[in-house]
Amino acid sequence: MNTFYFIAFLSVFFSILVITAKNPVHSILYLILTFFTFTIHYILLNAQFLAIVNFIVYMGAILVLFLYTLMLMNLNKESEQPKSNLIKIAAVIGGGCFLVTIVASLRALGASSPVVLKDPGLGLVKNLGKTLFNEYLLPFEVSSVLLLSAMVGAVLLATKDPKTT
Amino acid sequence: MELAEIGIKFALVTIIFAISLVIAMYSTYAERKIAAFFQDRIGPNRAGPWGILQPLADGGKMFLKEEIIPTNASGFLFIVGPSLAIMTACIGSAVIPWGQKLVIGSHVIDLQVADINVGILYIFGVVSLGVYGVMIGGWASNNKYSLLGAIRAASQNISYEISMGLSIIALLLVTGTLSLRQIAEQQHSWHWNIIYQPVGFILFLVCAFAETNRTPFDLPECETELVGGYHTEYSSMKLGFYLFAEYINMFISSAVMVTLYWGAYNYPFMDWMAAHIGTNGAVILGVVLMFAKIFLFIFFFMWVRWTIPRFRYDQLMDLGWKVLIPLAIANIVVTGIVITLINR
Repeated sequence: MNTFYFIAFLSVFFSILVITAKNPVHSILYLILTFFTFTIHYILLNAQFLAIVNFIVYMGAILVLFLYTLMLMNLNKESEQPKSNLIKIAAVIGGGCFLVTIVASLRALGASSPVVLKDPGLGLVKNLGKTLFNEYLLPFEVSSVLLLSAMVGAVLLATKDPKTT
Repeated sequence: MELAEIGIKFALVTIIFAISLVIAMYSTYAERKIAAFFQDRIGPNRAGPWGILQPLADGGKMFLKEEIIPTNASGFLFIVGPSLAIMTACIGSAVIPWGQKLVIGSHVIDLQVADINVGILYIFGVVSLGVYGVMIGGWASNNKYSLLGAIRAASQNISYEISMGLSIIALLLVTGTLSLRQIAEQQHSWHWNIIYQPVGFILFLVCAFAETNRTPFDLPECETELVGGYHTEYSSMKLGFYLFAEYINMFISSAVMVTLYWGAYNYPFMDWMAAHIGTNGAVILGVVLMFAKIFLFIFFFMWVRWTIPRFRYDQLMDLGWKVLIPLAIANIVVTGIVITLINR
């Protein structure tokens, strides 16, 4: 349990650094560390497959692309215009409302009791695969169609229209 | 875990680290000798007999040179870059099975640091993490050429990781497990996976060249276009770490290829050998043969480097996305159909 509290503290700490860091590239690096702590959380929960997939997909691929984009955008730091006060106030009000909603919904739920899995080995690749492809086959396939459509959309946005150019 | 067991594991980790560092050191020497052979030169021959002390001299030079951190570089990240590169290169060896179990008296020594049941995915994770060292270092240098090198490294790694992952999926269909130990055991004597997955192996090999940034895919440090690529601004041991990481990566990826496709520590007639020279003798022979196979692959990496010229960047991307990925998907489909037909 102590390990959990330590890792949870690190998660919160790094996520605060993500939003307070001045330099966007530093933010991304803190976000990578945050995701790394999530990986440790998954391992603590005995969800090996989820942990390693989180490691490969989020840390290894998605955040590399984030970093890639930001490195290209961050070439001239001075071009960023200061935000107007109106936007700042609106952001504070919006964020505050969101925080209140989350706290209220957590209070309404009450303290959660730790979930005890029927099968502690559920997170292993073999069991997870069997569950996914037997009980949840339809949602699994539908989500793959969702990903495919997102991919097609991205390709469509990236290709230039031959008529306009 | 008992104290003795922890001691054995600790010793094993230390030995593997030492071996990978020594191999990386002498890979630099081998590379220069092989390059010399290919170009009809002699190569390094001044330090010690046949120039065999050359890597030590180079290492000493790296350590003693002046540390330069450019004024406008972001100081902390400039140091984190090479450190990350060498760290991710070193941790990959943790899941590779170097041999069968040795039995000495009452102790059973497992020649593998950690037998986790998602071994392949761990290797894959470490590989995908490796690009951060290059990216952070290239960005922190605050130099256009470094940044371009870093960006090239990122897009190249992401592109080739996809076909690497797809080629592994076809292998997993054959083996049915993610644990490297079990994959190694399945290839007993001559049942090497290369027989069942030749196309998958070639895909994996090409991707391994791209992931380790070796010629013909060394565009992140392409000196004709980018001065020195991502390590333009680096000097002394920080540069040494980047160069060293490349050689360790080469060693580890050779070890992974041997484990996945070329039978790991298995060799034909190993049962006959075990019966004649004793179990431990056969195990040690297996370890020696595994290293022999790894050295052959390292030689192959160097052979290719001094034979094939560098790709152009758009050719690299075309090869990755338009050739390797469709081929890998076709390989998966064919493997799946064949397995279904056989099992029916």
